[in-house]
Amino acid sequence: MFLIPDAVVRFFHRMASPPHFYAFTEKLMPWLVTIFVLLTAAGLYGGLVLAPPDYQQGDSYRIIYIHVPSAWMSLFIYMVMAAAGGIGLVWRIKLAEVVAISSAPIGASFTFIALVTGSLWGKPMWGTWWVWDARLTSELILLFLYLGVIGLYGAIDDKRVASKAIAILALVGVVNIPIIHYSVEWWNTLHQGPTVTKMDKPSIHVTMLVPLLLMALSFKMYYVIAMLQRARVELLQRERNAQWVKNRFLEKQS
Amino acid sequence: MMKPARKQRLMLIGLMVLGASVATGFALKSFNENLMYFFSTTDVMDGKAPKETLFRLGGMVIKGSVERPNDGMMVRFKLTDFSKEVTVEYTGILPDLFREGQGIVANGKLDSHGVFIAQEVLAKHDENYMPPEVKDSLKNQPAAPVTK
Repeated sequence: MFLIPDAVVRFFHRMASPPHFYAFTEKLMPWLVTIFVLLTAAGLYGGLVLAPPDYQQGDSYRIIYIHVPSAWMSLFIYMVMAAAGGIGLVWRIKLAEVVAISSAPIGASFTFIALVTGSLWGKPMWGTWWVWDARLTSELILLFLYLGVIGLYGAIDDKRVASKAIAILALVGVVNIPIIHYSVEWWNTLHQGPTVTKMDKPSIHVTMLVPLLLMALSFKMYYVIAMLQRARVELLQRERNAQWVKNRFLEKQS
Repeated sequence: MMKPARKQRLMLIGLMVLGASVATGFALKSFNENLMYFFSTTDVMDGKAPKETLFRLGGMVIKGSVERPNDGMMVRFKLTDFSKEVTVEYTGILPDLFREGQGIVANGKLDSHGVFIAQEVLAKHDENYMPPEVKDSLKNQPAAPVTK
């Protein structure tokens, strides 16, 4: 740990303590919400009003401002969930377990949105709602992984045991993440190749790219907000008998 | 320093993820052919595509090859992967993005003359997004050398 400044180490140690986490996220929340609202407004205005129509698809392409950020988030949240699960397994940090399970429903929702918006776009553009190509199938498997994590967690009463179980499931499922990302390059798929994350310059005009990146940031913010709120509730449930919870809420009542 | 118990758990998790990756890698490698969504036109000309059963054929619609021979719903066009060409016949409604120079995927089978009789045609979108004006200005430029 000699590479990380002391202040950072201390910050993480304090954040790992439930009362500190609870108080700190409460103070953080208005800022996060403000940034989220600003980003979303800018992204939507840029994407739906300022960005020009596409040369081939006209206005139909604008679904990328929801579809692509959702798909990115579905992968990103899975990585966060698996990493948090892994940290929980190795270091037995309660807060990491809470972050892992709190991420699952949000990730599942983004995966679902990516699948549905893709399907709505696919019908007029490709001519079909759904095909079993590598990209679509692996993204569907991702949805099932998320649902598996949620279901497994709900099925085990002891939440510390449940957290270990879902961490293992999530870690094994990490294999699917590079498969989703590279599916369009490794195999022939109906889904197109990457636009933004290519090694050379993105094949999207800058007037269309900027709102897309704003929307991606806005979705990231949304995830942080939703995950922290879920984590706070989950923490209270787990720690309901702890002294800090009693202190905090008895204080407020009196 | 990391405690031995933690180190051991970290190693176990690392091994588990590695094992899962290797197993999946082998599985995907052995199913590689089945994971391809379509055959290329070269596969068809080389006889790698299945005979007398349905399969999907992907390629780019050759510019100027689209014709409607009987003034009906039947469309005939040629597909290419920039090395070999296959003629496709299709009766039905084409998707929005179907046009010359566009990548498509057709589902159907070969007839005895080597013509691909499609039952379904799907357009494959490319990864390019740009406003119409940019497209026009690209068109007016002297043709760039084809890099593929």
